[in-house]
Amino acid sequence: MKAITAIGSRVLQTVFVLWAVVTILFLLFRLMPGNPMAAYIDPNFTPEQQDALMARFGLDRPLWEQYFVYLGNLLKGDLGESFFYRTPVAERVLALLPNTLILTFSSLIVAYIFGVLAGAYLAWTRGSRVEQVAVPLVLTTRAMPEFWLGMLLLAFFSFTLGWFPAGGTRSPGAEFESYWALYTSRDFLVHLTLPVLTLAIYSQGLPLLLMRSNMLDVMKEDFVTMARIKGLSPFSVVIRHAARNALLPVMTSFAIAVGYQIQGNVVVETVFSWPGLGRELVRAVSASDYPLAQGAFLMIAVVVILMNLLADLLYALLDPRVTRE
Amino acid sequence: MVAGLRLPFHDPLAIAGIAIYVFFIIVAIFAPQIATHHPTEILFTDDFQLAGDLRPGAGEFLMGTTTLGRDVFSQLVWGSRSALLIGLTAAFVVALIGSIIGVVAGYFGGWVDTILMRLADVAFGIPFLPFVIVLAAFLEPSIWNVVFAMALILWRDTGRVIRSQTLTLRNRAYVEAARISGSSDLKIILRHVVPNILPLSFLYGSIAIGWAILTEASISFLGFGDPNSISWGYMLQDAYASQALSKRAYYWFVPPGVCIILIVSAGFFISRGYEKILFPKLDR
Repeated sequence: MKAITAIGSRVLQTVFVLWAVVTILFLLFRLMPGNPMAAYIDPNFTPEQQDALMARFGLDRPLWEQYFVYLGNLLKGDLGESFFYRTPVAERVLALLPNTLILTFSSLIVAYIFGVLAGAYLAWTRGSRVEQVAVPLVLTTRAMPEFWLGMLLLAFFSFTLGWFPAGGTRSPGAEFESYWALYTSRDFLVHLTLPVLTLAIYSQGLPLLLMRSNMLDVMKEDFVTMARIKGLSPFSVVIRHAARNALLPVMTSFAIAVGYQIQGNVVVETVFSWPGLGRELVRAVSASDYPLAQGAFLMIAVVVILMNLLADLLYALLDPRVTRE
Repeated sequence: MVAGLRLPFHDPLAIAGIAIYVFFIIVAIFAPQIATHHPTEILFTDDFQLAGDLRPGAGEFLMGTTTLGRDVFSQLVWGSRSALLIGLTAAFVVALIGSIIGVVAGYFGGWVDTILMRLADVAFGIPFLPFVIVLAAFLEPSIWNVVFAMALILWRDTGRVIRSQTLTLRNRAYVEAARISGSSDLKIILRHVVPNILPLSFLYGSIAIGWAILTEASISFLGFGDPNSISWGYMLQDAYASQALSKRAYYWFVPPGVCIILIVSAGFFISRGYEKILFPKLDR
């Protein structure tokens, strides 16, 4: 019963945060200096035409009224119309979401598989020469600007060696019958490799350091000592007893990592001309396409907020002490 | 009691971090003397040709020149100024705001705590880099946008941690004793709470330096930076936009990245030193 109340209040909190972020976004985009329609209105329009346009977008009404129209539209899934493309923002943003999610999840899966294995290994070989070099090295990968790493990989593997394409999701002229055919094609995978590698190198530090420190904690616990006393081999102790228990918190960090990664994607998508939400946000902001910028921002925020919720729920599920208290 | 004011000199990694900082501070102070050219001056060779895209060591250019004929080495040297300026101010602001919010929420509790922690929840729901992009686009281009955005959002981590630390302090016997003997809240906070949370503030501050420098680099790279200040992020944006990648001009875009890594990881190394002061039992 208590667990259900805890989950319920956490879900309510998520709804509150969503509302707050949506409101901040509204104020941010409405209170900025300049006419929001400046990019849309042709200088040749007559004042009457301009007024008609303002009325069409509801910009002639008082701010609070605009706010409720905006909230109502959001609930209906209407994010407005892009100034630049003249198409519904929701359509465009939803079309780009898969590209961003594919990039995020594939890079994190690579990062987590590597990080968990390497972290367990480093905990096992604690105090060795390898460990003394590896830990500062991992900290260094966390200190890299992601886009710079992308530039390096691009310059080396694409422009110097010519092994990989320089950007995009497909070769020029390549046509696919469906999104499914595109995403499973060799061409797409070749384009995906460098951005995934960039993000994975940056992200592996979190699971690696977390796994390592959890392993060090778990290995001190009684049941591990017990396993040792029983005469189990060190490998068996590490894998079957310590690693399994150390793994749970690392898994909950995956959801948090998705949220962080999707924000960081902005720069990496730009470097690799990857048509995702982040790159679209940058382009929309540069072009003063406010509805589109707002929509892309909102979509990223929703992923972040839902992932925070998922992390908390997973944490409560895996560690009953949290909900039992 | 003043452990937080001590620099972590016992840890080799932390010492390396401090050494890196000292190096960059010296470079930043003496930038005009160290740089061989003005960072934005368009340079020409002796035969009056634009000195564009020259390789390192060509003539007087230690690290080569940019496409527009600017000296890479001099830009790199001047870049240390904006990096340190942004990094240190942002770290100070984030640590200060986070500590104040954390202490106030944890010490007073009740509705104050509820409001502040719901604010932190909201801050956690805002994607940071996209937020900085939107803010930087709306405000005048300036290096302070990054600091401003960090002040608005990134106090969240520091705030939460310092709040829970303050909660444990609030019920300690000596705080109780001070309260019974009639000390004011302000006095208790300043004398008994602040000294104990200071190492945590320093820990989060030293991480925030790195965040600020990385964020500034990303923002400049995306073209929302201050065009009048030379930063490492600006150099990378210039290189990317000038096709330095396909020209294989590694001498142009590798050094700024290496400088960013050095100074950001120095912050991480120092923060690990503070962790060892704070949690001596961990010692990893």
